[in-house]
Amino acid sequence: MAAHSTAAFTADDFKGPGDTPVFHDAEGKHHPEGGTMLGFWLYLMSDCLIFAALFAVYAVLGRNYAAGPSPKDLFDLKLVALNTSMLLFSSITYGFAMLAMEKESQGRMQLWLAVTGLFGLCFIGLELYEFQHLIHEGATPQRSAFLSAFFTLVGTHGLHVSLGIVWLVILMVQVQMRGLGTENKRRLMCLSMFWHFLDVVWIGVFTFVYLMGVL
Amino acid sequence: MFSNPDLQKLLFGRLTLDAIPLHEPILLVTFAMVGLGGLVVLGGLTYFRLWGPLWRDWFTSVDHKKIGIMYIVLALVMLLRGFADALMMRAQQAMAFGDVEGYLPPHHYDQIFTAHGVIMIFFVAMPLVTGLMNFVVPLQIGARDVAFPFLNNFSFWMTVAGAITVMASLFVGEFARTGWLAYPPLSGPAMSPGVGVDYYIWALQIAGIGTLLSGINLIATIVKMRAPGMGMMRMPIFTWTALCTNILIVAAFPILTAVLAMLSLDRYVGTHFFSNDLGGNPMMYVNLIWIWGHPEVYILILPAFGVFSEITATFSRKRLFGYASMVYATVVITILSYLVWLHHFFTMGSGASVNSFFGITTMIISIPTGAKIFNWLFTMYKGRIDFDVPMLWTIGFMVTFTIGGMTGVLLAVPPADFVLHNSLFLIAHFHNVIIGGVLFGMLAGITYWFPKAFGYKLDPFWGKTSFWFWLTGFWFAFMPLYILGLMGVTRRVQHFDDPSLQIWFVIAAFGAFLILLGIASFAVTLVVSFLKREELRDVTGDPWNGRTLEWATSSPPPDYNFAFTPVVHDHDAWWDMKKRGYTRPLSGFQKIHMPRSTATGLILGVLSIVFSFAMIWYIWWLAALTFVALTVVTIGHTFNYARDFYIPVDEVVRTENARTALLAERV
Amino acid sequence: MSATSGDVDVRGSGREVHEEPGGHGSFRGYMTGFLLSVVLTAIPFWLVMADVLGNPRLTGIVVMGFAVVQIVVHMVYFLHMNTKSEGGWTILALIFTLTLVLITLVGSVWVMYHLDTNMMPADHGMHMPAPQSVPVEPGTAAPAPHQHQHQH
Repeated sequence: MAAHSTAAFTADDFKGPGDTPVFHDAEGKHHPEGGTMLGFWLYLMSDCLIFAALFAVYAVLGRNYAAGPSPKDLFDLKLVALNTSMLLFSSITYGFAMLAMEKESQGRMQLWLAVTGLFGLCFIGLELYEFQHLIHEGATPQRSAFLSAFFTLVGTHGLHVSLGIVWLVILMVQVQMRGLGTENKRRLMCLSMFWHFLDVVWIGVFTFVYLMGVL
Repeated sequence: MFSNPDLQKLLFGRLTLDAIPLHEPILLVTFAMVGLGGLVVLGGLTYFRLWGPLWRDWFTSVDHKKIGIMYIVLALVMLLRGFADALMMRAQQAMAFGDVEGYLPPHHYDQIFTAHGVIMIFFVAMPLVTGLMNFVVPLQIGARDVAFPFLNNFSFWMTVAGAITVMASLFVGEFARTGWLAYPPLSGPAMSPGVGVDYYIWALQIAGIGTLLSGINLIATIVKMRAPGMGMMRMPIFTWTALCTNILIVAAFPILTAVLAMLSLDRYVGTHFFSNDLGGNPMMYVNLIWIWGHPEVYILILPAFGVFSEITATFSRKRLFGYASMVYATVVITILSYLVWLHHFFTMGSGASVNSFFGITTMIISIPTGAKIFNWLFTMYKGRIDFDVPMLWTIGFMVTFTIGGMTGVLLAVPPADFVLHNSLFLIAHFHNVIIGGVLFGMLAGITYWFPKAFGYKLDPFWGKTSFWFWLTGFWFAFMPLYILGLMGVTRRVQHFDDPSLQIWFVIAAFGAFLILLGIASFAVTLVVSFLKREELRDVTGDPWNGRTLEWATSSPPPDYNFAFTPVVHDHDAWWDMKKRGYTRPLSGFQKIHMPRSTATGLILGVLSIVFSFAMIWYIWWLAALTFVALTVVTIGHTFNYARDFYIPVDEVVRTENARTALLAERV
Repeated sequence: MSATSGDVDVRGSGREVHEEPGGHGSFRGYMTGFLLSVVLTAIPFWLVMADVLGNPRLTGIVVMGFAVVQIVVHMVYFLHMNTKSEGGWTILALIFTLTLVLITLVGSVWVMYHLDTNMMPADHGMHMPAPQSVPVEPGTAAPAPHQHQHQH
């Protein structure tokens, strides 16, 4: 634990006349930094732990095929590679949006956000296509513990991405309505963290579920 | 009821009039009492015209002090329900031997012990702890509120929603019969097809959201909003324990969320996470739920340790001994709590290597707690001790909790646990540490900080009465259970064949009766103190000659807590200020920026209750409707950017001048 | 009581707050991260799809290694992870979380492996028939013919 003060001022900044210690901030100098970014980061850490539980379940139950289909029978790695690239592109385009935001170019930022949203929709679309295909083949979540774990882990990630897209759209509307004020910028930065975090989780998913699954 | 059964199913899901348990006399009596009590309360509120103030000043408030108090009120109300369950169990177990069946058949008894555990942990202990931390921490660090005031209000209403969902199971349908952790396959769709486990799941998931957000809120508050000069190693020790507690909350609750979600999927959709067939593994549930469950009990106890640290120092009139080692001990406990979870299921066959590892880590985790006890004793040594009610609770804790901790170390030895797992010995152990530790700590904290919250102390006579009934009651109620456990008696059993056991159960029932008197005395304390409040008035804001910043402001504090942010130079900041001749500023006040109240949290809470109810009873149209409503309200809330206002300078001046006058009067 | 424009930040302390800007990206930073990620994704996919190493165990370890590296790349280039952010609390929270993720994963696998090895019925014809699960309520699939899963 850091032993130093993270408060904006130390006690030495409040000296009274003749070295008497000052016990109150008479001028209102002390402005605590906002907690939103830290708070959102902590939320992301908690989300990370939800995924950890789902990964743990997949690790334990992921080979329980119940004499049903296994990853080798089901996974289309080409589709997964395509999907992965959709998400990766969406990450970089969000990055471009943030660069535009920092330059106060609202229009360009909105454009890049829209592109991000589209990539995100492609990702979800491809994933839904994959799920629908699996179910059509009889590889339903009810078929085995492996499939229950698969659909839940991958599905939860997809749900997060979908919520991210909804949030993205709402933010675009709010920026359109109110411009790039402090509050909206803060929200955009939170969504940025969220979006990149989901890409990090996806690295875990494609590695651990898809690639290792077919080995 | 309907002539068209499909229409009935569509409209009402699996809810029918049979779900209302009119054939259970005990429940009918409960209905009557709750109905009557409810009418009295609602009538009183109407007669005294309190609805307006209740809505404006409390329900929609984002003030951490109000929210903290409301959490504690919720907890005390739920304590009555949880304790009623306890009394019923004690009564049943004291009488049901041989031919005497008792009055609680197994299917009812099973719901009672499940509800008792769920309510006591999630709706008594957690809200007490959360409420206390909410009230105290911002004051102790010299802040005006928590980092996210609206989220705070929302968290509270989600907890209330969870509590109401559990209570609803009493009147419509039934509760789970699985024990408070609802292990599958018993809690799965095959063996618990009814609504009971669904009530359990939704109550916990809803309340869990509130708890998680509260955890994030308090961490951000402690990290970002401390007064200038208050470095980490100058924080009050209660704030340290609050920080570690909230870290545990953020780290552990997601696991619970995920596990309960998977159980719901098994139940609603037919997945095979925890089923016996098609590759499921019920032990994975047990494994994951205890990865949550063990940190959970540390979430409960760490704030209590913090309370005792504050009280011991204040009432021994000495600085806390070993501040740094207290901090390290707390941090070590936080980390180690993640390395012991398997000791809850030593007997499930993981083998010697696994069991030894977890047995050793469990024994190690007792060491930092031991260090804390020594630090408290050394604080008291050569102090000038005031045996006020908070100090009595503290000493009661030291004796009681130590015994409970020692039985824990005994259970940590796997071969011993093979004999004692799920026996009454285990029950005695955890009640020993939870009552002796958490509950005594919370009652101590309530007594200690009550004057700060309400401006008058609690009546000492009734406070002491309550304490002595609780202490003796606890010992009579649970020592027999240790003996019964060593003799091999299993938990969760509502009838026994061996009449030689009965005497112990009768003694335990007597203990429960004494605790009832303790609770009643506490209620009397509240009433009598209110009636005698002028006599017990705290004018200075510092009734105990305290050491930390919350005592620097008035009792109760103004909405904005401090007219000027304090500047901190040392540990025990208020004590330091008093010693160095601090004088309260009488002028130079400025306008103060504050967050607005909001009804959104309450609305979301109400919608959550209806949503849960709909999901439990398979009323899909209602579930969809409330889900959409929740989404719309949440999104709508984000479009509201006008969430703040300024308290004008003349109002601050008036408030501070009133305090100046009050302080002058007393001189 | 005057309302202010919603863009003035109110924090619990009731004071105006000046948001410290979070870690900033640069065009170069994002492109570097992106290109590294492409490479770190393409190689594992290639290793698996073309069975380059011929050894599944080795491939598994290599692929996991690439994942770890790519996660670090994302953290640094996209999430701007550094030791200074929020006075070190960001990285502290991350380290704590990753430790718990590790404990949850490794601990669960270790414990469950031991439980299954010790407690699951052995596969040499000595098993008892498992109970048939009764299909109830929405969505439950009909029970499939029973197989005992020997879990590794």
